[in-house]
Amino acid sequence: MSPSVALQEMIRAIRSARTQCEERGVIQRECAAIRAQFRQADNGGRSHNLAKLLYVHMLGYPAHFGQMECVRMIASPHYSEKRVGYLGAMMLLDEKQDASLLITNSIKNDLSHSNQYVQSLALCTLACMGSAEMCRDLAPEIDRLLRGTNSYIKKKAALCAVHIVRKVQDLGELFAPAARSLLSEKNHGVLYGAVVLITELCAWNPETLELFRKTVPDLVQIMKGLVISGYSPEHDVAGVSDPFLQVRILRLLRILGRNNEAASDAMNDLLAQVATNTDSTKTVGNAVLYETVLTVLDIKSESGLRILAVNILGRFLLNNDRNIRYIAMTCLQKIVGTDHNAVQRHRGTIVDCLKDQDASVKRRALELSLALVSASNIRSMMKELLLFLSSCPPDLRAEAGSGIFNAAERYAPSQRWHIDTILHVLTTAGGDMRDETVPNLIQLITNASELHCYTVHKLYRALLTDISQQPLVQVACWCIGEYGDLLLRGECQETEPVQVTEDDVLDALETVLQSHMSSPATRAFALTATMKLSTRITDNVDRIRSIVSIYGSCIDVELQQRAVEYNALFKKYDHMRAAVLERMPVIERNSPGHTNGVSVGEAVKEIQPAEVKQGLLQQNANQVCDLLDLLGGSEEPVQPSLAQSSTAPGMSVNTASTAGGDLLDLLGGLEPTPHAPAPTLTAYEKHGVTLTLSCEKQSDSGLTVTLTASNSTDSDISSFTLQAAVPKSVQLHMKAPSGDSLPARGTAKVTQMVVVNNPNKVKLKMRLRISYTRQGSAFQDTVQIDSFPEVSTAGH
Amino acid sequence: MMHFLLLFSRQGKLRLQKWFTPLTDREKKKVIRDMMMLVLARPQRFCNFLQWRDLKIVYKRYASLYFCAALDNQDNELLTLEVLHRYVELLDKYFGNVSRAKCLGPNRIHWPLTVLFFYSVCIVGTTQTQMFSIILANQTSVQVGLGWSHF
Repeated sequence: MSPSVALQEMIRAIRSARTQCEERGVIQRECAAIRAQFRQADNGGRSHNLAKLLYVHMLGYPAHFGQMECVRMIASPHYSEKRVGYLGAMMLLDEKQDASLLITNSIKNDLSHSNQYVQSLALCTLACMGSAEMCRDLAPEIDRLLRGTNSYIKKKAALCAVHIVRKVQDLGELFAPAARSLLSEKNHGVLYGAVVLITELCAWNPETLELFRKTVPDLVQIMKGLVISGYSPEHDVAGVSDPFLQVRILRLLRILGRNNEAASDAMNDLLAQVATNTDSTKTVGNAVLYETVLTVLDIKSESGLRILAVNILGRFLLNNDRNIRYIAMTCLQKIVGTDHNAVQRHRGTIVDCLKDQDASVKRRALELSLALVSASNIRSMMKELLLFLSSCPPDLRAEAGSGIFNAAERYAPSQRWHIDTILHVLTTAGGDMRDETVPNLIQLITNASELHCYTVHKLYRALLTDISQQPLVQVACWCIGEYGDLLLRGECQETEPVQVTEDDVLDALETVLQSHMSSPATRAFALTATMKLSTRITDNVDRIRSIVSIYGSCIDVELQQRAVEYNALFKKYDHMRAAVLERMPVIERNSPGHTNGVSVGEAVKEIQPAEVKQGLLQQNANQVCDLLDLLGGSEEPVQPSLAQSSTAPGMSVNTASTAGGDLLDLLGGLEPTPHAPAPTLTAYEKHGVTLTLSCEKQSDSGLTVTLTASNSTDSDISSFTLQAAVPKSVQLHMKAPSGDSLPARGTAKVTQMVVVNNPNKVKLKMRLRISYTRQGSAFQDTVQIDSFPEVSTAGH
Repeated sequence: MMHFLLLFSRQGKLRLQKWFTPLTDREKKKVIRDMMMLVLARPQRFCNFLQWRDLKIVYKRYASLYFCAALDNQDNELLTLEVLHRYVELLDKYFGNVSRAKCLGPNRIHWPLTVLFFYSVCIVGTTQTQMFSIILANQTSVQVGLGWSHF
């Protein structure tokens, strides 16, 4: 065991280590020595060792093995050991460590110690790392100290109380009276502690806030004293008298004056005085002015005062110091919603800050600029913003891009300008844009019908230059697919037309398809576009056919499926191809965030799967085919939208596109829910099978019908199933039956719940089909129920 | 409320860490790494404020030492700069040139820090001279008590 060295020597040794490795070596040796020393019992140099350990901890090395030593030191009667112990406790222990509970008793004793420095040690440590339990235990002690006479201790006790209130909000009430009385102290330290304590109390409890509103005159008085009084050497910092206290009082006034007319009135004069008298050449003065401005803007101040505050911010904006400009913009951001015009006056300076090199300043300037865009300045602002976008740091690009999009959407002076702007953004920073931009842009383009020619020309040119920006490429492919004929026509009013041949266009699309830079989504866009061109061009249809068939064996499942379907479109459904691939209708504007474009863009493809689905349905829906007949339904039409059954005399199942699926649903479903007894009606009684029906009203338009079947014959019934149909506007949902076999002589019943929703309050009718097997032969029967028994509301 | 205060050198070596919220060791290390990365990357004339997660970071460079503090959103950044300055002045007065101080043990740096910051309430309730005299008084207590002359 190497002899331990003095603290100074150890520090010297560590600092003279030339490499990280050497330093670690020195520290490890020392730590080993320290650990050994800790294990020994009474040792004269205990505090010494702990101090060394704390130094090692300061440098970032692990020092947790010193925790118990700290606890022991705190309990020692010697001041020097106590001091190091408490310091160690503050550095090594926090409320999550178990050892921290052990010092609670020591702290309690030390709080009543005769030596004020020992008391202050205990207060400091409690405030630094006291857990909620410790705070609860010791709160009365702290309160007692707050009411004492020693200002040194009172100051510390106030700040300790702040910590306690943060940890255990309920104890706030305990400290409120003491805090109130502390406001009349002269000692700035105590005053400061009191103000902080009151701020904390008001933050947690609205009633306390009401109580402390009465102190506003006192606070105003104190502030006035600070501002007007002459130079006082002990509190002066660069010309401002105790700025720390001033800022704290201003902050408290802000909290007290918020949403309260009376309190705000009381502080108006004071705030005006502070704003005009404070010297703003040094940072301190600016700090106080900053806090004043924040307060003025937050309370219900009169308009003159607000204008004064905004002027101060304007002055800050023109300051050379970047810090001051930064906080001015932070402040302006808060009020841009309410005092928009006042902030507009400074638009020029703010836009200039966009060009500043400092990333923090740029960020603030960007946020503020986006907030300042309006219908009148959109063109000039957009120019600046686009310029910014091309040179901004990467982490701000996404924000800038989406901000530009929003602004363009709200204030675009013309559609052409709007499309140009978006294209510009996509070419400069396309990779960082979010996914909704593509469908939004597509939707925008379809709406601007007279600009289709112009748009497709621009996009084609963009595609030729650069295919790495995915959103741009996707939009370009989509447009070329849709409006390829306009491109090939070779004439355009708005821009210079491009002379392209069909081969050129197909080459471009194929490049996108084959490029390794294209994402799978982009490839899908390109393939669909190629397909759409097959109806818009005349000569190269074979080329398109070959492209499509190649991708029929692509590894990417999405592409493969598309290619296969398009192939099918070429082969079996060639007669439909023109209709399927014709121009898209104008996409309607949906709510923001809805990826409308993508889903509608897929509608072209959905026709084929819908057809395929119908084929499948035909096969396994045969058993319900006759029920469809029953309901008068005929073959499903091709549209993917609502499939209505035709000709049913007033009866049809109200479903969405997959009608068969819904009927299949009748035979499945959820567990039956329990029901209360309700009036019953015997719906059917034949061949020994009885079916009763009872209804329960669930809501204004909802009804639960319970069907109960029983078998009074001598032989068992199996495969008992029920099917139901209701009038057109009524919705039906059948839950799973309790079983499907009815034993003989009514020993058990089968129940099934049917939930009916009748929003239009039509006369409720139901047609039921019963099918079962008995003695090896199948039976089927139908019954119609025209009137339901008197319904009662459930549970009332 | 101040969340933490870090001191580190230009070369990326940590000199002091003071935490005002309970964090695990891993989290602390991550925060230290992030702070060093953010602050050391900034050139000289840039402004002293940053936004990190939901906290404001205020940093100031004194010779080769960076003082880095994290504040809540309602706190006054300019005032924090003043606070950091006062801390440096205090250390300077007490020990002579802070940046060159080679033998600053934990007591010497931490006690002024504690007196100054007192649990993130972040500021001194006392004047400079008072603080100075308190520290001195602390020292004398020790010396009277045991005659240790190291610290």
